[in-house]
Amino acid sequence: MSNGVLDETQVIPPAEVEEVDLYHAKSFITKWVFSQDAKIIAIQYSTTAILIGLVGLVLSWMMRLQLGFPDTFSFISPEDYYQFVTMHGMIMVIYLLTALFLGGFGNYLIPLMVGARDMVFPYLNMISYWVYLLAVIILTASFFVPGGASGAGWTLYPPQAILEGTPGSQWGIILMLVSLVFFIIGFTMGGLNYVVTVLQARARGMTLMRLPLTVWGIFTATILALLAFPALFVGGVMMLLDRVLGTSFFMPEIIQAGELLGHDSGSPLLFQHLFWFFGHPEVYIVALPAFGVVSDIISTHARKNIFGYRMMVWAIVSIAGLSFVVWAHHMYVSGMNPYFGFFFATTTLIIAVPTALKLYNWVLTLWKGNIHLSIPMLFCIAFILVFLNGGITGLFLGNVAVDIPLSDTMFVVAHFHMVMGIAPVLVIFAAIYHWFPLMTGRFLHEGWGLFHFWITFLGSYLIYFPMHYLGFVGVPRRYYEIGETSFIPPSAATLNEFITIMVLIVGFAQVVFILNILISIFKGKPSGENPWDATTLEWQTETTPPGHGNFGDELPVVYRWAYAYSVPGVEADFVPQNLPPDQIKRSGSSGEAVAEDPPELHKPE
Amino acid sequence: MGIFHEITKKPWLADPAEDEGYHNQGASFLPNGKVGLRVFLCVVTVIFTLTLIAYADRMFFATWSPMPEPWILWVNTALLIASSVAMQWASNSAGRDNLGGVRDGLLFGGVLTFAFLTGQLYVWQQLVDLGYYASLNTANAFFYLLTALHGLHLLGGLIAWGRSMLRLRRGGSVADLRLSVELCTTYWHYLLLIWLILFGLLLMS
Repeated sequence: MSNGVLDETQVIPPAEVEEVDLYHAKSFITKWVFSQDAKIIAIQYSTTAILIGLVGLVLSWMMRLQLGFPDTFSFISPEDYYQFVTMHGMIMVIYLLTALFLGGFGNYLIPLMVGARDMVFPYLNMISYWVYLLAVIILTASFFVPGGASGAGWTLYPPQAILEGTPGSQWGIILMLVSLVFFIIGFTMGGLNYVVTVLQARARGMTLMRLPLTVWGIFTATILALLAFPALFVGGVMMLLDRVLGTSFFMPEIIQAGELLGHDSGSPLLFQHLFWFFGHPEVYIVALPAFGVVSDIISTHARKNIFGYRMMVWAIVSIAGLSFVVWAHHMYVSGMNPYFGFFFATTTLIIAVPTALKLYNWVLTLWKGNIHLSIPMLFCIAFILVFLNGGITGLFLGNVAVDIPLSDTMFVVAHFHMVMGIAPVLVIFAAIYHWFPLMTGRFLHEGWGLFHFWITFLGSYLIYFPMHYLGFVGVPRRYYEIGETSFIPPSAATLNEFITIMVLIVGFAQVVFILNILISIFKGKPSGENPWDATTLEWQTETTPPGHGNFGDELPVVYRWAYAYSVPGVEADFVPQNLPPDQIKRSGSSGEAVAEDPPELHKPE
Repeated sequence: MGIFHEITKKPWLADPAEDEGYHNQGASFLPNGKVGLRVFLCVVTVIFTLTLIAYADRMFFATWSPMPEPWILWVNTALLIASSVAMQWASNSAGRDNLGGVRDGLLFGGVLTFAFLTGQLYVWQQLVDLGYYASLNTANAFFYLLTALHGLHLLGGLIAWGRSMLRLRRGGSVADLRLSVELCTTYWHYLLLIWLILFGLLLMS
């Protein structure tokens, strides 16, 4: 083929994608406050989520202070402690992780990665954020109402959640439920956007199987959330009616203080089913985007295509499907039929198969890769280690016979913090270090980043690994203080002190991280364009950070998948998704343009 | 091209012949609004299914004492069916570029829907007057919950309807209105279906 001249089968004319009516802000307020630009909305979502997440973090310090040094802090009463537990759990799972992964990263990355100018319903997207903010404000307000925030535990089990005597049963629980309902409404608006944008607004040539795994993760998690949150919505509304109107959806006949309450024959178990029908998919709503992000970051920073891309996609989809049939493994101690337990134990073990596949594939992607131990990569490797640990203890707890003695002990706390606390948070850090240059055009400070990484990774391991042992010896969760118990050795108290000290140290590292962000926005080292030499579209925009409308005059045309790293015979070690085949520089042919051949090494596994 | 064919592709193999196919093939050809509405209807389906499962579960409790069915509910059902028919009329007229038909259909559909909602409120009022409080029995509570959920969804639909009406008043052409009229029609039919299921369950219990 002659230089620069290609026949028609090799060059596809520029995309004839219908231009969308891009919303153009007219004033400062519509540009930065009531913005319809997904990138601004993403930053609004992220900032709000991180701020409320910091509240959740401080609550965890208070809990740990009490557990590590009981009888020391007079300002923490048992009621306070329960409120801290409840609010910490709810904030972290829903208002931080869900909002940050889907509202934050989803909004920022989906349009850029699929090659769209914006979300398909920008107005709805804007409303979505403001409803989320309203939900956060209502939740925060519950700290300041008479009786304080709800102290029912983050699972909000009735009847105790709304009975007198539980902290926050006056107003706290009402505000909590109202806030959740708003959150779900807001999320549904955003979620419709994410799903329809991925389905409809992909650039020309961006087939489903050329999507980066980040998009696959966020897309699938959004579908999960759209189908799972209604269960929480229904449960929340019913409990709200039980509390406000005195109905008996969940409230059985109860005698409290010698007095028969007005409720009759409601089913508390029904709430547990509704809650966990939402609650288990929720784990994957947080985990799937994390899986996607890790895949992309590992591939980029190891300069190697992701191992088993197709398998990864299928694993994401099958995990999503399976996550709807495992929920009752949270309810083994509720007195269920043993056959029922058997069923849910089986499905729970099955879901470990695609999850393990993903872990192997990440490790195999690293295998013989050109590994750059940059900070995002470090966080991803840490994620693999932590997630492996948390996943394996999940297999323990998935078995009825093992779960029953371990139920309601610190073992469970250690398990779920490993698997859906620390693991996704490590990915969030990886993602922030990775995409910060895209959002600001500057790097985060490397030295402080390393400090942040090592303290966070080792510190959180030292927090949660010993906690499994506390669970083994029988230290129960949710207890304000254990006191002197015959079966718990005194060394448990020493271990508790150690964990608390580690918590404070890790907490300090997060302060450093926040300062790093704040300072680097203005003073960070300029990153230039595409500093990680990544292939995906978000790095191929005309300007860094991407401007309004994301891409220049013409939308990109996609020629290949997102993992063309170290392609044999090509000069650069990456080929961007939108680089036309005739512009690829072959090594050893002095820059002569040659059409792309199927890379031999990328044959199926 | 089916989704299964799509997700069995091997993206790491760059086949120029297939490449060309890739480029001509984008997302689905449905308008974004239609895809969005379908996804949303899935969400609504889950909400109502879960509530109905809870309802069916409780029906067999010994303490369940069914509600009476006020005859107005039959009138309301007729109103809702009529509103759905009117919406279909608007939608068909939009297909035939008949602006007058679109206007009449939309107008009738909306008015009938308002009438349905008023009727539902009237039923509530009657039941409360008769002493069927939500707190007395879960059958009552479910009735109020389900009718409220259904009514709220209709109200949401009326917002979209109001936007179409506004566009109509500002002199919008059929082409401007076609999509939103079609979307409203789908949504109305769907909510009618939900109502018929709810009403049937109410009559059964």
